[in-house]
Amino acid sequence: MARLAGRRLLFAAPILLVVTFGVFAIAAASPFDPVKAYAGTAALGADAETLERLRDNLGVDQPFTSRWWHWLTSAVTGDFGQSSVLRQPVAEVIGERLVWSSLLCAVAFLVAVLTGTVLGVLAGRRPGSLLDRVVTSAAYSLEAAPVFWLALLAVWLFALQLGVLPAGGLTDTASEQVTFRQVASHIVLPAGVLAVSQLPWFTLYVRQGVSDALAEDPVRGARARGLSESTVLLGHALRSGLLPVLTLVGSRVPELITGALLVESVFSWPGIAAATVEAATAVDFPLLAALTTLATAAVLLGNLLADLLYGLFDPRVKFSDM
Amino acid sequence: MSRRSTRTVRVRISAALVAATVLAVLLVPPLVQLDQQAVDLSSKLLSPSWSHPFGTDDLGRDLFLRCVYGLRVSLLVGAAAALTATVIGTAIGAIAGALGGRADRALMRLVDTFSSVPHLLLGIFIVAMFRPGVWPVIVSVALTHWLSTARIVRAEVLSLRARPYIDAAISGGASRWRVAVRHLLPAVLPQAALAAVLMVPHAMWHESALSFLGLGLPTHLASLGNLIQGARGSLLAGQWWPTLFPGLFIIVPTLAIAGLAGAWRERINPRRRSELML
Repeated sequence: MARLAGRRLLFAAPILLVVTFGVFAIAAASPFDPVKAYAGTAALGADAETLERLRDNLGVDQPFTSRWWHWLTSAVTGDFGQSSVLRQPVAEVIGERLVWSSLLCAVAFLVAVLTGTVLGVLAGRRPGSLLDRVVTSAAYSLEAAPVFWLALLAVWLFALQLGVLPAGGLTDTASEQVTFRQVASHIVLPAGVLAVSQLPWFTLYVRQGVSDALAEDPVRGARARGLSESTVLLGHALRSGLLPVLTLVGSRVPELITGALLVESVFSWPGIAAATVEAATAVDFPLLAALTTLATAAVLLGNLLADLLYGLFDPRVKFSDM
Repeated sequence: MSRRSTRTVRVRISAALVAATVLAVLLVPPLVQLDQQAVDLSSKLLSPSWSHPFGTDDLGRDLFLRCVYGLRVSLLVGAAAALTATVIGTAIGAIAGALGGRADRALMRLVDTFSSVPHLLLGIFIVAMFRPGVWPVIVSVALTHWLSTARIVRAEVLSLRARPYIDAAISGGASRWRVAVRHLLPAVLPQAALAAVLMVPHAMWHESALSFLGLGLPTHLASLGNLIQGARGSLLAGQWWPTLFPGLFIIVPTLAIAGLAGAWRERINPRRRSELML
């Protein structure tokens, strides 16, 4: 298993290299001017000499390949440059926000996996039944619904009409400190919406897995031995039906990141995604480059996780074969 | 009702909805002599009624008209992006499948690399660097959506290359070019066209997400995402309709296209009927 992980990491390194290179190439091809972005509105009144000095300091005149190499070598030591919009080292920006994003994603994913399993089993138990058709249609409709739209409607219903949950942020505006109670009440809506957006695919795959497994020989055998319905359903059908789904969990990281990005921006959640939108609006290249790299690393890690889970839960798979 | 007839009903409803969408988008703007931009502050933020079925927005503009125009913009951008992505994907998939060997491996690594970056993030990055405008949005959506088409077309070409009629054509003295154009391309086209149709809702979704974040289309081009973004103020004041209806205009065409394309897929790949596609 360690060998597989090591080999996958070896494959991941060149992908990360190519992605960072591509990011610098796109920036070099774009009309974006790092000097103006760095100086902001101050560039309007600045004389040519100051701008020239700044240009020199930022190393803009070098070809993008050497700027990329410079960025890469300092990134390895943890220095991702300076964010021009937040006026703070990029590593620091990411460090403070990563916790909140991870918390949001973890809670949402857990809720989605648990609810999805329950709904999937209920629907897959009797394919074609009324319950199955309701769950399946709801899942397809939710899959088509933009997550930011769901988030806005949730704000309207729960925060404005019913007034039971806060509309956004991490804490109440009046409060100075981040307490557990505050965070717990503020995370319900964003995590709930993110979970709902991840729920459909999980439910549909569990449903498919369970209904397929119910038609297979081991389940027929278990029924013939007179095992109880719940043992057959949960011990046999769910167990083999869940296998292919577990391996998909890791490969859903990109969708989770996309969802989190939109949900965080609706709820003003102080996570990485909110910083991404801010960075993009202000064309903050150092921050954007670091965030793109980080997201790619997260996706690659998710793929690795998927492979490892597959081997862990399916005894027929040998790691040496992968 | 048997499974067969439920499926037929579903396909018919989907077809009717797709037809209604296309007709609305094509016919409402020229036929209805109303200006969707007409500002009427005396009738701002009216809730849905007979004269304004979707209500009005914060400038008194009729939301039904705004939604139809928004759908028009979103569909056009989505279709343009999907078409571009399909051309890129088909070309790369066909080259990889037809050449094989080192070129195939290199191109597939490229596909892997692209799919390792979350699509929306790559889209945001491209749009941020080339903003503002329609083209950056189309390019950013196209560049993140050609991967699945490339994979599908490559697999199709690989399976075709092993067929006897291709061998027969080659031993009959057909040139490489003739084999590609006369024998491979016609067989690959249905799959590519299906992928293109399925991609339109994806591209629409992507465009509306970018526009919603304020990074997509310029605000004077009111796409559905821009409408939802513009309605945030009204939503916080308690008016739900400027948010609800543009969203429904994304969901309904998406489901209808998925329903139709599902039936089409069953027709061209009857064996894959039970496979779950999302």
